[in-house]
Amino acid sequence: MLEIKNLDVWYGGIHAVKNLSMTIEKGEIATLIGANGAGKSSTIRAVAGLVKGASGSVSYASRDGGTVSILGKPPEYMVKMGISLSPEGRRILPHLTVEENLMLGAYSRGDKTGIARDMEAGYNLFPRLKERRKQKGGTLSGGEQQMLAVARALMSHPDLLMLDEPSLGLAPILVEEVFDTIKKINGEGRTILLVEQNAFAALKIANKAHVLETGSITLSGTGSELLQDAKVQAAYLGG
Amino acid sequence: MALNMFLQHLINAVGLGSLYGLIAIGYTMVYGILRLINFAHGDIFMLGAYFVFFATIRYKLPWALGVIIAVAGAILSGLLVDLIAYKPLRNAPRISALISAIGVSFFIENASMVAFTAKPQAVIQPKQLVEAFSVGGVRFVPLNIIVPVISFILVGMLLWMIYRTKQGLAMRSISHDIETTRLMGVSVNRIIALTFAIGSGLAAVAGIMWALRYPKVEPLMGFTPGFKAFIAAVFGGIGSIPGAMLGGLALGFIEIMSVAFFPTLSGYKDAFAFVLLVIILLVKPTGLMGEKLEDKI
Repeated sequence: MLEIKNLDVWYGGIHAVKNLSMTIEKGEIATLIGANGAGKSSTIRAVAGLVKGASGSVSYASRDGGTVSILGKPPEYMVKMGISLSPEGRRILPHLTVEENLMLGAYSRGDKTGIARDMEAGYNLFPRLKERRKQKGGTLSGGEQQMLAVARALMSHPDLLMLDEPSLGLAPILVEEVFDTIKKINGEGRTILLVEQNAFAALKIANKAHVLETGSITLSGTGSELLQDAKVQAAYLGG
Repeated sequence: MALNMFLQHLINAVGLGSLYGLIAIGYTMVYGILRLINFAHGDIFMLGAYFVFFATIRYKLPWALGVIIAVAGAILSGLLVDLIAYKPLRNAPRISALISAIGVSFFIENASMVAFTAKPQAVIQPKQLVEAFSVGGVRFVPLNIIVPVISFILVGMLLWMIYRTKQGLAMRSISHDIETTRLMGVSVNRIIALTFAIGSGLAAVAGIMWALRYPKVEPLMGFTPGFKAFIAAVFGGIGSIPGAMLGGLALGFIEIMSVAFFPTLSGYKDAFAFVLLVIILLVKPTGLMGEKLEDKI
């Protein structure tokens, strides 16, 4: 579905991602784990079209069957192609209501009935949001904001959903809830690329996982393989 | 002061104030999205007035057509200003765009003096707009009623657009977080262009009504009203559209009433706005309806 080849990302003088290549198959949950600053966010942001200084290639199998090269295209193009990113830190618009935040997520679409259907689906996924739909985004708790961020990213009806640190700052019980939901979303046929510092939670649900260190992939495997890996256990699972 | 006199001053104040308000909206919308004071905005107002002057007085086109041409011409000018003077500086420090704004303002003013000559030109008012009628001893000039009515209708339409359409939603979103708005699939440059188009269109309507009211056009006519409208935007709370209208009305009221009650102060009329600016900045820098100014990173 997505093939990243020899991706390099530079921020000024910092080489954040170095010659990274990875493939994501349709229907799987792929995860990038690694320490803070390893280049996880930079990779995902490059795919989302937010990074200016990226080189290499990213090809994407679009829903109409063709394969397109998407690196360097603007975010609105990615959204139209069916790629959606729920950004790190949730980035809820605090002055807009829950419903307005969701409507914004559907900006690229014109089909009113489809939007209404997806909004209802989002409320089914997170019933708490429905109760708070007229409330301003800024008044929600951290967990509710994360739910809103995920629901909003789904409003563009993506084929590939990218999640940047969805567990950041959440209580353990909420982390579990969020990851259960991610599995549920994946079960509905969406491909997921998950970036996480919470390696344990991410590896548990991932089909394929990559460990990122200072901008390069150092280890790849299935989620359960990496959970068993001694180096991963030592470095990321506190084992 | 007799009541009918007061009423007439009040109508005058609302008329002038709503014109300041219409111009102020353009400042406040652009500031809300780009954190930029578009100094060329007063000059777009002037261009709108000139376009209608050329269309109707010089080329004898009907007024309705002239108004359409003037608004379209001003929108085009506003978009060009953004494209040439601001868009290349989108990622530059804010001060660069501000200096560019001052430069483009001077350019438009001086180019207009070359193109239109510096001499003020008389605008012949359509009769039906200026023939007074009286109701209960109060004389009404139709123009003075039409100006605020049109202004309020336009502001109402604008507020509807901001709060009820997805483009309006995108505008409210961009003003807080450009990157997240882009992630939602919004083409930010298109929304910015739309903002300039709306602001310029409203400025043109204000310019046309201004030209009818005073009845003349001149290349520097945008300078003082532009500055005052900017003050009105700050007074109302920069970034807030209702605030801009309220600030404009307040400024119109202060100017007209102070001269009405203290005729000897009429020479200082233009100074009131600036005194007001100093007072607001000292007492309540966020203005009447402004949000807390958080410095964006």
